[in-house]
Amino acid sequence: MSSGLVNIAYLIAASLFIFGLKGLTHPRTAVRGNLLGALGMLLAVVITLLDQSIIGYEIIIAGIVVGGGIGAVLAVRIKMTDMPQLVAIFNGFGGLASILVAGAALLEVAVLTGTSSAIAINAQFSISTFASGFIGAITFWGSLVAFGKLQGLTNDGSVRYPGDQIVKVVLTIVILVLGYMMVMYPDSSIPYWLMVIVASVLGILFVIPIGGADMPVVVALLNSFSGLAAAATGFVLFNSVLIVAGTLVGASGIILTIIMCKAMNRSLANVLFGTFTVTEGGPSADEVYGGKVKATSPEEVAMLLEGAKRVCIVPGYGMAVAQAQHAVRELFDLLEGHGAIVEFGVHPVAGRMPGHMNVLLAEADIPYERLKDMDEINPSFKQVDVTIVIGANDVVNPVARTDPDSPIAGMPILDVDYSKTVIVIKRSLSPGFAGIPNPLFAADNALMLFGDGKKAIEEMVKCVKEELG
Amino acid sequence: MDSFAMVFTIFVLAAFIGFEVIAKVPPTLHTPLMSGSNAISGIILIGAILSAGAQHTWLTAGLGFIAVVLATINVVGGFMVTNRMLEMFKRKD
Repeated sequence: MSSGLVNIAYLIAASLFIFGLKGLTHPRTAVRGNLLGALGMLLAVVITLLDQSIIGYEIIIAGIVVGGGIGAVLAVRIKMTDMPQLVAIFNGFGGLASILVAGAALLEVAVLTGTSSAIAINAQFSISTFASGFIGAITFWGSLVAFGKLQGLTNDGSVRYPGDQIVKVVLTIVILVLGYMMVMYPDSSIPYWLMVIVASVLGILFVIPIGGADMPVVVALLNSFSGLAAAATGFVLFNSVLIVAGTLVGASGIILTIIMCKAMNRSLANVLFGTFTVTEGGPSADEVYGGKVKATSPEEVAMLLEGAKRVCIVPGYGMAVAQAQHAVRELFDLLEGHGAIVEFGVHPVAGRMPGHMNVLLAEADIPYERLKDMDEINPSFKQVDVTIVIGANDVVNPVARTDPDSPIAGMPILDVDYSKTVIVIKRSLSPGFAGIPNPLFAADNALMLFGDGKKAIEEMVKCVKEELG
Repeated sequence: MDSFAMVFTIFVLAAFIGFEVIAKVPPTLHTPLMSGSNAISGIILIGAILSAGAQHTWLTAGLGFIAVVLATINVVGGFMVTNRMLEMFKRKD
């Protein structure tokens, strides 16, 4: 097949990826969008299989069978609560694949020097190969560390040691020197693989200091890197569809990274290199809570809910940990059946990756129309009769609005304190990631329902059923 | 236009399209967007296929084979798990 036809096919594939992503702008068109993307991939792969340089199909078919089997099993078996780990590991695989493909291209060039290789050795080739290996190595090892933290295999806190920034700077300089050697000795693979090893160490050191609460940012950023690594490999192979598809993924990851940073009111530099300082000052828990916290019972909550016209449920990751989604769905059905309007206020960092909470609620059969983002739900809290907060803390802490000295000052929050009554389901008054007390728990319109999220909701459901007869 | 300027043009234009299209994806679908992105970044599969199929040396074929496995995991796993999630959103219509 002529290279002109191949490139047209690649253009169609790239267009299908763009249409596919466009489909993701609405839940109704999203399934079709995903299928269009898959169709684009199929077209790109089939066209590539017809390439004249391919002399044997055994290795390719074996690889596709093995990889397809593993991918299918992962996709079917994965629990929705574990989606962040799956995305993290997929990011890593993308990065490693880029390292290997760029490394193989470098070897081929060395073998084919003087023959009719399609790939020309020049500084641009060397720099593109460098970029594939460098970004790929950071992505692969960084993703493995992120996976370990999310899965609870490694310390999910922030691990720091004196001089960690200096070590990273030194490693970066070594990587740049090796990159320079790649340009100087373009037909040797040795500087490339040495560079990949050093970049691997840098990738590990890059993610280790970042705490578990910041993993949504890291996973989004590594998602972007996995795309950029593929795009860099596109520059190595002079392949348009690799560049377009990789760049689309790179753009997507960067947008999500920015959204997550905004939701935590922190800069990307602060997440990656700074520390989230737990300030000593500010009011103590005793000053905030002393004698003002009112505990409630499921029976009392049921009575409140019976008279409520408008209910808002604010889920945090604690709800997912307690596996309370299905109990929440039952409560939702009961209240809606009783004529109340029930909506969910979802903070961007409510789950452990962008949009995670929405998926967990969708899995529990909550209609997506009832899932409202922060900007959508905030103006309506004044009309809400009862707000139920399950397993969320910092994202509903009014201090973010009121105290400019607080560590979470300026962080966008859900204004649950504006609703008539707030029920907070929580095991204790322990602080969230920010380590500060939450005056919401002591507010006049707030009632604490202490206990496990799932059990509390189940008891609430029972009482509401009795109440409604 | 020399060849580098051409591929660089493709890169920059794709970035513009990416930012335009993806900025419109609602927060509700951000997790499927990320797993769908995983599948699309599996496009590295075509580079892997070329390495594994050309079989210049046993080493390039070996690297190609591992890359084909990893990229196919991303493609198949990514599109399938995205579909699984999107069906959950869809059946409420």
